[in-house]
Amino acid sequence: MRDVAIIGVGMNKKWGELWEMSMRDIFVEAALNAIDNAGVDHIDSMYVGCMSGGLFTGQEHVGAVMADYLGQCPVPATRVESACASGGAAVRAGFMEVASGMSDIVLVSGVEKMNDVSGDEATYALATASDQEWEAFSGVTFPGLYAMMAVAHMHKYGTTIEQLAAVAVKNHANGAMNPRAQYPMKITVDTVLNSVLVADPLHILDCSPITDGAAAAILCPAGRAKQLAKNGAPVKILASTQASDTIAYHSRSDLTSIESTVRAAAAAYKMANKKPDQIDTFEVHDCFTIAELMVMEALGLSEKGKSGPAVQAGQTAIGGRTPINTSGGLKSKGHPVGATGVAQIVEVVEQLRGDSGPRQVKNAKVGLTQNMGGTGASSVVHILEVM
Amino acid sequence: MTVGIVGYGACLPRHRIKVEEIAKVWGADAPSCKKGLELREKSVPALDQDVITLAVEAARNALARAPMVDPQDIGAIYIGSESHPYAVKPSGTTLAEAIGATPNCHVADFEFACKAGSEGMFVAHGLVKAGLIKYGMGIGADTSQGAPGDALEYSASAGAAAFIFGADNLIATLDFTHSYMTDTPDFWRREGMNYPQHGGRFTGEPAYFKHTIGATEAILKKSGMKPKDFAFAVFHQPNGKFPMRVGKMLGFAREQIEVGWLVPTLGNTYSGASPLGLSAVLDVAQPGDKIMMCSYGSGSGSDSFIYTVTERIKDVQNLAPKTRWMLDNDPIYLEYGEYAKFRHKILKAEE
Repeated sequence: MRDVAIIGVGMNKKWGELWEMSMRDIFVEAALNAIDNAGVDHIDSMYVGCMSGGLFTGQEHVGAVMADYLGQCPVPATRVESACASGGAAVRAGFMEVASGMSDIVLVSGVEKMNDVSGDEATYALATASDQEWEAFSGVTFPGLYAMMAVAHMHKYGTTIEQLAAVAVKNHANGAMNPRAQYPMKITVDTVLNSVLVADPLHILDCSPITDGAAAAILCPAGRAKQLAKNGAPVKILASTQASDTIAYHSRSDLTSIESTVRAAAAAYKMANKKPDQIDTFEVHDCFTIAELMVMEALGLSEKGKSGPAVQAGQTAIGGRTPINTSGGLKSKGHPVGATGVAQIVEVVEQLRGDSGPRQVKNAKVGLTQNMGGTGASSVVHILEVM
Repeated sequence: MTVGIVGYGACLPRHRIKVEEIAKVWGADAPSCKKGLELREKSVPALDQDVITLAVEAARNALARAPMVDPQDIGAIYIGSESHPYAVKPSGTTLAEAIGATPNCHVADFEFACKAGSEGMFVAHGLVKAGLIKYGMGIGADTSQGAPGDALEYSASAGAAAFIFGADNLIATLDFTHSYMTDTPDFWRREGMNYPQHGGRFTGEPAYFKHTIGATEAILKKSGMKPKDFAFAVFHQPNGKFPMRVGKMLGFAREQIEVGWLVPTLGNTYSGASPLGLSAVLDVAQPGDKIMMCSYGSGSGSDSFIYTVTERIKDVQNLAPKTRWMLDNDPIYLEYGEYAKFRHKILKAEE
């Protein structure tokens, strides 16, 4: 297996409600930015993470559509779907294609156009990532499922709503320094706790928004990376791992642990030969504030049940011991579900290149991304190191 | 030829329903609904009130403020509404008959979502300015629809405002107009549908804000005026937030908007919304005051107007009931069951 590097990354100028752009417009802007950033003159293959082009825009066969509008036909173009982990899974698919020697230059990307449907329709589309027979069928939606996770964590460990809010406050503080963020405003714990209650104990500011956006990266064999990369240092993918878990939340043996992340992370640390304390920056899947707390524990960044106090103590802020979601995370930057996993890669690559401006983590050399589908039925972890 | 408003009048139903009463039925969180919409209650038309009766009363109040106008000299009457009682049969003919303007009069019912009323004003003014008619009447009136349980149910309300345009005895000159529109489908009701559908947040930035800002910036450029030159500004008010936010974005102060900002206790009177705001402003305006008015209709478009109030305003303000008085004076609050009956939502057996 060959080593694989990232030599270019790109996103849209800004994520959010991109009323003037179609799904393909959004994708092409981000993909061209990645191609320009890499400086390559062609790609051999492409993967597009997209959770639900059909329900959000009526468009399936997304891989071919995007290859067409990017002007890349006839390269192989495949859409990858793994709910909100589609982007991470697309990166992993591209990683495996380059590592195997099948292709040299691969575009990995993600896109979602979510605002062309009503809020109710978007909630329905997202709920298809849960168990249709046991969860969605009963009317449960993701805010409800993550609220259950929060309640379980609060019951077992005494986690508080103020600790949940602290995650949102920290991520919005980071997002306020990210010009691409959908909601780049600073908030306080009081703002969160006084916002509309969506599913007790989660307020609307505990929840990530509905977002239009895309992100892309260019992969190549690590051995050719320094020769090919035209704009910025190449970043090596030390680990690309994935794990699954029961689709229904109630089937888990431990309701306070995201086991797919535990397993994917353990495999990634082993593959990269790194320990958590050797990693300088983290982008994790904070679709709801409780998710970030549970992921911290799954990644070994905090003891079980101690993630809330750790956030309050500043451990995960920029300048803290384990900075998390310097981009603003899903919470502030936005969460176009199929694109999120790729955007995490974009943020970490920029951090490792030292290109993150006011939100730069000092001397960041190694970074980790964790992208998750559903309530954790899928998790994808990548560990990156600047070359 | 200087053309402007000769008379104006409003009509509001006396009945109201509070946001809490609606939220209680649907299990919604009333404080967050009130905060989100900046709206506390809305008007409800009585069982015998519809667009025609509301418009007739508003038109009669306008005539009361223009005693020199012989209804026989009104050469055009345009009622803008989303809730004309008949799909086929004009509202305007009944109104023209009721105020004595038949038969030598051009009448049409207008529809352009919530800017149908300002369209009537726009066209009536234009015909007077062209010298084709002596007086023209433009009316915005609605008994607005909002589906039970939908966000619109908290705001969709009822009311009417009528304006007579002419070239003599002006209480306000109409100095500039501008119309700004694009094909932006943010809200619609197809033939046979009882309630409108809307595009959620799409109704905001690319729809309401784009068009109100477009029309206002264009008329400011055309007139060479700045927000600070105006005593009052009236924007379409589908909820409490939008007009205040767009005013701030354009550089108007809250104090300039507040007088015509009726929506917190009136609700969204759709085609009547910005015309009613203008009527509330005229009720208190002083000679020389400049007034900016900008409507918004989904689909989408905005009409903007700049008025200058004349000395005559003081002679007519007290000749008919004032809008704010109608809004604040002795409302009758309904429970949801009564509201459902008033809005004909209860199906009864055929008698």
